[in-house]
Amino acid sequence: MSYIPGQPITAVVQRVEIHKLRQGENLILGFSIGGGIDQDPAQNPFSEDKSDKGIYVTRVTEGGPAEVAGLQVGDKIMQVNGWDMTMVTHDQARKRLTKRNEEVVRLLVTRHSLQKAVQQSMMS
Amino acid sequence: MDTESTYSGYSHYSGHSKKAHRQGSRDRHKSPRSKDGSRSEKSVTIQTPPAEPLLGNDASRTEDVQDDNWGETTTAITGTSEHSISQEDIARISKDLEDSVGLDCKRYLGLTVAAVLGLLVFLTPIAFILLPQILWRDDLEPCGTVCEGLFISVAFKLLILLIGTWALFFRQPKADMPRVFVFRALLLVLIFLFVFSYWLFYGVRILDSKDTNYQGIVQYAVSLVDALLFIHYLAIVLLELRQLQPMFTLKVVRSTDGESRYYSLGHLSIQRAALVVLENYYRDFTVYNPTLLMASKSRAAKHMAGLKVYNVDGPVNNAASQSRAMITAAARRRDSSHNELYYEEADHDRRVKKRRARLVVAVEEAFTHIKRLQAEEQQKAPGEVMDPREAAQAIFPSMARALQKYLRTTQQQHYHSMESILQHLSFCITNNMTPKAFLERYMSPGPTLQYDRDRWFSKQWTLVSEEAVTSGLKDGGVFVLKCLDFSLVINVKKIPFIKLSEEFIDPKSHKFVLRLQSETSV
Repeated sequence: MSYIPGQPITAVVQRVEIHKLRQGENLILGFSIGGGIDQDPAQNPFSEDKSDKGIYVTRVTEGGPAEVAGLQVGDKIMQVNGWDMTMVTHDQARKRLTKRNEEVVRLLVTRHSLQKAVQQSMMS
Repeated sequence: MDTESTYSGYSHYSGHSKKAHRQGSRDRHKSPRSKDGSRSEKSVTIQTPPAEPLLGNDASRTEDVQDDNWGETTTAITGTSEHSISQEDIARISKDLEDSVGLDCKRYLGLTVAAVLGLLVFLTPIAFILLPQILWRDDLEPCGTVCEGLFISVAFKLLILLIGTWALFFRQPKADMPRVFVFRALLLVLIFLFVFSYWLFYGVRILDSKDTNYQGIVQYAVSLVDALLFIHYLAIVLLELRQLQPMFTLKVVRSTDGESRYYSLGHLSIQRAALVVLENYYRDFTVYNPTLLMASKSRAAKHMAGLKVYNVDGPVNNAASQSRAMITAAARRRDSSHNELYYEEADHDRRVKKRRARLVVAVEEAFTHIKRLQAEEQQKAPGEVMDPREAAQAIFPSMARALQKYLRTTQQQHYHSMESILQHLSFCITNNMTPKAFLERYMSPGPTLQYDRDRWFSKQWTLVSEEAVTSGLKDGGVFVLKCLDFSLVINVKKIPFIKLSEEFIDPKSHKFVLRLQSETSV
């Protein structure tokens, strides 16, 4: 998950499909995000590379739609509904996730355990 | 027996200094132990336990023991090591002091030589100018304007030289140094050679040949005065300026109680550095109090006391083995002297604090009785008006007891006589000082200068140094300033070479960003 400027990123990703839950007037997904190109990457507790300015999942509410869909704390969100999330500001990320007219969001998330699992399966 | 009197500084030697004396100057104090007992009733020679020789001289110990008279005239007390000198030694010491009159002659000799040379040097230019006028006035060319202008210049330069010499050299000598002051001697020699060569030239070229060019002669005199001014400049640089920049730090430790101070000096010879140290000693170090040392000595004595060595295998006179046996026995013995020390010190602190509280209260109360009369009130109340001395005497009795008790607890009672206390009290009253200001002098021992001269215990100093005392200070050098009761050990350290580099920061480059990490729930 290290980033070399100008080179495409390769990562092992998992597709997560979250169905938004309606709570009154709002549609909620049930998790919190942190990070963004306008934030301080050094304070991110989940990233391996402390200069990674991507969007990370910092909390997942219990029993919420995100947890049901299989999202875990510490996941890095790479795409939301086809939109790239590796080079966005914090606010842009929030907006892309909370569009009012979308009921389902399809995320591509990556985490370190995925990479390890693939490596192990390749070796065995 | 006199060992308790602390007024004469001679009757109380610490064991350490006595041994050093003996090792260093055995020809002067010829191990008077055996003779003491037989000559004077005043002193008591005490047979020290064989533990001592581990530190001292083995040879001298054995010859002491074998003196024939020792059985009859000495009192043997094992376990203590107090020394006292007899009348004979005191007489010998005072004779040595009188011999130092010879040094005074040396000092006056130096001064007279310098004064004579100075006078000669000062009169030389005047002589150069006047001699042709006196000797061959008629042959001389008339002195034109330039020549007369030179007269004025000579006059003023001589005046400046006179003032400069007075400012620099005409000072009361504040110390007597053991060896000659190298720079001063160098300067005197330089001046002498210089003036001598000028006179030589003058005598040969001008007097003998009766030169008629008067202007040339006057110019020659002016050049002499110029050169003298330059020598004066050299004198300032060598004697005053060179040592101003600090190059060494001296650590001065007093041998009896470990009190230490640091002083910064420039390039000085060892004897001049010793002078600086001594000048600062009187101001910075607390006064030497021999009674404070008795406690540790008695503790050490008690530790060794009670142990006696018996020779079971016959008269084998091996002092070293005996002492070793004593020391191992003493070390193995389980003793609680550290416990004693701790509780004794805690107790002493408590006692001092209590007495101090009582003293402060008493003095404050006493001071409230005194009030200063304003100018107009003075005429109105003619009755009880007192001057400061009487006022002091009036309030002194109420605080006298508390003060005396406090001084006794802190072992300071022999430094302050009643007369001195009264004087200080009237001084404080005159200057409107508060009780705390009055007590400042008695609360803790102050620097040596504060006390009466005969309580000082330190007036005659000896410089002990392995290197020549006129050589300069060197890093790692050690020298000792000894006086009769204690010594100051001085360690020289060089101030490190400091490498300072610069870094320029543009004030416009102070810019800041806000770094956030926010978390939004979606």
